[in-house]
Order: sequence, then C-alpha cells, then structure tokens
Amino acid sequence: MLKVLVALLPGIAVYVWFFGAAILVQIALASAAALAGEAAMLRLRGKPVGLFLSDGSALVTAWLIALTFPPITPWWLTVTATLFAIVVAKHLYGGLGQNPFNPAMVAFCISIIAFPALMSQWPAVGFTDFTAQMAVVFQSQSAQDAVTMATPLDALRTQLHTPEARATVAGVLGSHASFGNIGGKGWEWIALAYLAGGLWLLQQRIITWHVPVAFLGVLALIATGFSLANPERYAGPVFHVITGGAMLGAFFIATDPVSGATTPRGKLIFAAGAALLTWIIRSFGAYPDGMAFGVLLMNLCVPLIDMGTQPPVFGHKDGNKEGKP
Amino acid sequence: MIATLFKFKGGVKPASHKDESTQAPIARAPLPSRLVVPLRQSAGGTPQPLVAAGQKVLKGERIGAPEGNFSAAIHAPTSGSVLAVEHRTLPHPSGLSALCVVIEPDGEERWIERTPVSYAAESPDALRDLLRDSGIVGLGGATFPSHLKLKPGAAGRISTLIINGAECEPWITCDDLLMRERAGEIVRGIAILRHIASADRVLVGIEDNKPQAIAAMLAATAQSGDIEVVPVPARYPAGGEKQLIRVLTGIEIPYGRFGTEFGVQCFNVGTAWSVHRAVELGEPLVSRIVTLTGNVERPGNFEVLIGTPIDELLMLAAPKAGTDRFIMGGPMMGFTLARTDLPVTKAANCILAASPSLFPPQGPEMPCIRCGACTRACPAELQPHELYWFSRAKNFGKAQEYGIFDCIECGCCAYVCPSNIRLVDYYRFAKTSMRALEREKAASDAARVRFEFRNQREEREKAEKTARLAAKTAAARQAIAGAGKPAAAAPAQVAAEPAPALPQLDEAKKALIAAAIERARAQKEGVQPKNIDNLTPEKQAEIREIEARRVKVREIAKTPPEEPV
Repeated sequence: MLKVLVALLPGIAVYVWFFGAAILVQIALASAAALAGEAAMLRLRGKPVGLFLSDGSALVTAWLIALTFPPITPWWLTVTATLFAIVVAKHLYGGLGQNPFNPAMVAFCISIIAFPALMSQWPAVGFTDFTAQMAVVFQSQSAQDAVTMATPLDALRTQLHTPEARATVAGVLGSHASFGNIGGKGWEWIALAYLAGGLWLLQQRIITWHVPVAFLGVLALIATGFSLANPERYAGPVFHVITGGAMLGAFFIATDPVSGATTPRGKLIFAAGAALLTWIIRSFGAYPDGMAFGVLLMNLCVPLIDMGTQPPVFGHKDGNKEGKP
Repeated sequence: MIATLFKFKGGVKPASHKDESTQAPIARAPLPSRLVVPLRQSAGGTPQPLVAAGQKVLKGERIGAPEGNFSAAIHAPTSGSVLAVEHRTLPHPSGLSALCVVIEPDGEERWIERTPVSYAAESPDALRDLLRDSGIVGLGGATFPSHLKLKPGAAGRISTLIINGAECEPWITCDDLLMRERAGEIVRGIAILRHIASADRVLVGIEDNKPQAIAAMLAATAQSGDIEVVPVPARYPAGGEKQLIRVLTGIEIPYGRFGTEFGVQCFNVGTAWSVHRAVELGEPLVSRIVTLTGNVERPGNFEVLIGTPIDELLMLAAPKAGTDRFIMGGPMMGFTLARTDLPVTKAANCILAASPSLFPPQGPEMPCIRCGACTRACPAELQPHELYWFSRAKNFGKAQEYGIFDCIECGCCAYVCPSNIRLVDYYRFAKTSMRALEREKAASDAARVRFEFRNQREEREKAEKTARLAAKTAAARQAIAGAGKPAAAAPAQVAAEPAPALPQLDEAKKALIAAAIERARAQKEGVQPKNIDNLTPEKQAEIREIEARRVKVREIAKTPPEEPV
C-alpha cells in the first residue's frame, strides 16, 4: 500500500504546481480523519490497532478522497466523507479485505449526491493563493466566482447535454482559455503524472495491466466512435481519457483488489464496464464525471464476474482434456 | 535432438542455498547404535512383518512383505538382531506411530546372498516384481512404489520416460551430488527403467543451476546417445512431477490421473540409482542420500541407512547454537520434526536445521486483500485466494469446485502472500476435513444400509412367522372341524374370512382351547427334573451348608465397612 502512496506523489506534486497547496491540506485532513476513524473502529472491533494502522490502507483511501474532491472543499465535508468511507464503507462491512465497495468512491458518491454544489466548486487555474484557498476551506469566506470555475466536463455537461443546449464540443472547450488544449489546463498534466505513477505501479507488479488497459481502452474506443459520428455533440477519446478522474481511476481506483474482480478476464470485464458507465454518465448523466459511479456499479457485479471467469486449472483446460499440448 | 521446452505458469524463485551442502562429497554415515525401520514406507498398503523380536537378520533380508501388489517390500538395512517389532512414532506431520522393526546392528554388515540380474534377458513383468521385492519407491519424496508406475496403463505403454533431476527445493542437494558422483550408475538404472517401460524417449530434466550435475550426466549419457539431458530453467517447483512433465513434453497431467495414461512417466534420479543397485547388484533399497544442511557446522550429503535415528545422524553435521527446530525436507514443502529421535525413511531427502536468523519468524497473519499475488505464483493455475476463503468458511463443496484437490501443496502461494497467510495450512485443513467427511459419510451409508437390511429381515421374519402360525391354526381348525365340514376351506380363506358361521366357530374355538390346554399339560409333564431334585442325602447336606455360608456372607455385606485408618 505504501507503494501506491508513493506512486501518487508525482500527481500530487503537479497538482500543487497548478492549483496551490490546498490539496496538501485536504490530504492532511483526510489522512487524520481516516487514521482516527480506523483506530476507533479497530479498537471497537477488538483488532490490534497498531498492526492494522501500519498497513497503509486507510491512508490510501484518504488520499484518493482528497484527490477526487475539489481542493477547496469545506474541511467538514472532507472529514465527514472520509469518516463515512472508513467507518461505514469499510469497517461495517468487515474491515480490510471484506468491503464490497471501494470506500473512497463511496465517499465521493455520497458527497456529490448530498452536496452537489460544494463538490462542483473547482478552483480556477491560477488561483493558487494559499490564504484565500484556506479561507474557503475553513469557510471564513464563501467561494467566489472569481476563484472557482467549472471543469471542462462540467461545462460540457451544462452546455451540451442539457435539453436547451445548442453549443458544440469545440465551442465549449474553446470558450475558456484555461480549458487547455486537451483535457483542461493543469488537469492534463496531473493526469500525465498519474499515468507515470500508474506505470511505475505496473512495473513494480503492484497492479496488472488488465484494468488500466481495459478502462482507458474502452473509454477511448467508445469516445472515438461517438465523436466520429457526431463531433459536435461528443468529445473525442483523448479528451475523455485525460480529463476528470479517468487516469486516476484507471490506475489507482479501479485497480483496488479488494472491491474489484480478481481473475484476468474478470478484470477486463470489470474495467470495461466501469469505463462504459463512466462514458455514459459523462455524456448523458446528471453528474459531470461518472468514474466513481461506474466503479461502484461494477463493484456490485464483481462476485458474478469472478464466478463466471474462473480460468481453467492445470491439466483441465478446454480442448485439452487429454492433457496434450 | 534438442528438446523444445514448454513453460509452466506461476512458480517462485527463492534463494537456492545449494552451495552450503555441495562442498563435500557424499560421505557414508557410520553405523548407528540402533535402526528403527518403519514397515510402511510407501503409498499403498502396510507390509506385514516377517521377523520377530530376537531373530537374527542379514543386511538386505526382507523384514516386511509387500501387501498385495500395492506396496513395496522392506529390508533390514544391516545385519544384526531384531530387538522388537512395535509401534514407534514416524517422521510425519501427523506424529502418528506405526509398526516398526527395531534392529541392533552387529557391526558386521553381512549381506544376504546377492544375485545380480542381467535385465536385458528379463521380462518387464519379472523386473517389476523384482523392483517391488527390492523395496524400490520414488525417492523424490512421494515414495510411490516404482513397479506400479511402470505398469502399462489403459492407454498403452509409456513412450516417454522423464528422469527428474531438477531438485527445485532450496537447500536440498542430495540429487545434485548423486548426479555429480554416480552419474554412470544412474544411467544404468535409467536403462533398466527404459527397458521395463519400453520407452522410445528418455529425457533427464535438471535445473540449470546445477552445471556440474548436468556435465556429469551429459558425460555419462554420451555413449548411450539417445538419453537426452535437458537443462530446465531453475524456478520452483520445476521439480514437481507434473511441472517437469509439462516443461519437457508440454503434457499436463490433471489431478487423479496417471502419467501412464498420457504415455509419460517420471522417476527421480535417486530412484534410478537404486533401481540399478537392486537389479544389477542384487542390493535392495536399504539406504539413501540425505542432505544435512542449514544452521550446521558441517553441511553435506550422507549415504544413510534407512532407519537411522535422525539425532545420531545430525551429530555428523553438528548443528550450531541457535538452531530452534529441524525440518524434514526443504523449507517450501518440508515439515518441522516434533522430535529428532525419529528414523530416516525412504522419503527423507533432507534434514534442515533452522534458526531464527535463517528462517525469520513470519509476521502476523493479516486479512486477504485479494491482491492476486498467489494466483500469479500458483503452478497449478488455481485461484488460491478463493480456495482460502472457501477453506476458511468450511465451504468445502465450493473449494472442491474450484479445484482444491489439484493443489500440489508446493507453498508458492504462501511464499508470496503479502499478508503472511499460511495458505497451504488452510488447504490441508480443508482436504483432510473433506476426506474425514467422506469417510464418515461412507460409514454412515454402510450403517444405513445395514439398518435397512435388518429392518427388512425382521419384517420378513415376522411375516413368515405370521404365515406359519396362520397355516398352523388353519391346519388345526381343519383337523378339528374336518370331520363335520370337510370343505372348511384353505388356510388362506380362514384367515381372510374368519366368521363363516358363529356356532361352528365357537365349536372350533373350544376345541382349539382344549387342544392348547392339552399341549400345556403335556409340556409340564415333560419338564426335566431340577438339578437339586433327586439328590443323595450327602449332597443335600452340602447344599444346606453352602446356603448357610451364603446367608452369613450377605449379613457381613450388610454391615457398614469400618472406617479406613
């Protein structure tokens, strides 16, 4: 788990570069809440607290929450969401190794459903004034339009995918200088840093290629098809892969072994399903990004997927009943 | 011909630790003070003892007869006298005891008359019997009787013979040293095996981390040309029978099937060596090479008589301070010996002295996070984490469905598990539980069949009795009422229609009762006199005396016993 944290560091560094140090405060808040919640639950459940705290799983959940929430989320929302993830989504389901749903994504979905406005309050690029950010986080001052802006995905949703929308993809993305050329200024660099960290995890054999390749591949494939058919209405593959939570999700969230599928074919199906749901929610849903919902919905299917994709055992391969090569 | 190599999935690469014990040549272990030879040393039945306490035996004399065709004979490892034939604890994870022959060596090592056989002139059947009677079993650790493996299968003969010199377990080097030093004898044994199986092809698989053994075997097979020595990539468990067969031939043998069914069979190099000794020297299997290594002063390989107490053997290697336990076998598949006064058996390839510095204690077991490391390491291509869940939950049906019996218990999964879960222990638990349940079920099935049969029999007997009675009654009625009513009907009709006419029935009843009274009177008269009737006066006096004594004793018994002082 510590290697997962290390692999997130490049992404966090780029995050700080573009959006200021607020994310570090969020990480600290979430980490503290996660460790406190974890310790309390372990004590209640009569488990050795020190041993289980040192496995790093609570910290991974905390960091993923911090990285998927807007960096200027009010402190109480980050803390509450993290506690919910650890106490309810993790420990009430049996703790480490037993939770059917990805705790960080449970926290994200609960929060975006309960506080859609706060969860859409993304800082504008260049708004890196730490004091001003802290004022928003600790709510001595409410977020002002000057310092927040819609993410490209959000802009696409409101301007394209609502019934009265008349804009085009190119029009929306070109409307704001800070949307950048690919996936949103700043965001595209963060995504690339996540990609680097994810590739390192692959090289370290912490994760296998199946989930990232299937997730990003299917997302790109669907986006390509639809954007070729109707480029004005649907964004292209590069945009989809590099924007929002796609890259983080592909390497760090959908790869969670506990709540994901375990067989090689199962992983491909799981990730492909999550990617399909992500694209559908992004393109037609009420929420800007669908990665968290996609992962949670596929978490539901994991037992079925695993059951149906058991690979053949040595000596019992199909078409190899006689053991011939 | 260069063999194409196949790959098996999974496997791990633990540190080999082979060099420690390969520095010295194989040494002959001195004669121990006592030999304890277990009679059951192979899969199959338990040989019956052929000797009794006090008997003198010669080296190589048969002391255990193979039970049927399914086990191999047991021989006296040296000459001496039998001290006892009794139950002793075996070097086995279960710690169970079994019948052993305890021999005190006389120090003379006098052999039985050895009759070398020229194998080329013998029929395969005769040679198979010879192997059985020479106690040849697989020395790789499974100790499966070799003559059974050489039997032609349903699918025909063994076309490819695999000789296993892979020795993939860390620390163990007995096969390595044997190949280095006695390659010629091994090759002679291979020739015999090949003759018995009439195999077309012989492949000797040796892990490529044993260059000296490979060179020796290549030199020894140079003349015989058609035996291929194939270096295989060193990766545990490349020496697993199924894995080696897969690597050398591409054939996968599923659980529960014999290699012979697929035209392939595998023998350990040590087995080949003992086949040569048994056939061409007439020496049955009474010794084997054992690696002594780990935390010891003088690691090495020793030729050890079967039955040698492990503690006496260990003195040769001199375990160092800090040794906290001894493992029989390697660190991956071996087991910790509960005590060291147990005998070396045909399965004992290595005694490993373990210390906390060589084998640091494992961390505490953490929850499984389904990371899949075990799946990638499993050479049987199972889903170890799923088997773990099922075993833990005692969901044995599911465990079986997911192939738990295909598990070869190589320990790769536990080796790679980041949560330190002793996975193999869970599988062993599930397997033994399942076997126990099966035995229980078989027993209860048998009991049920017995019970049902008994019920059936009782019912049948009851029915028969009723029929007999009915017949008797009818016959009696007929006899009585016969005079007046000759057509009083068959007994069946009497039973079915009990009231043809009331007055007649009353008549018949009275007659029946009268007959019964008559029978009872006759019986009473016929009763034998009691044994106290018609006695002589002396006898009667004696009986009275006895009765008086009895009354006295009863009275004494009634009075409460005195308080103990």
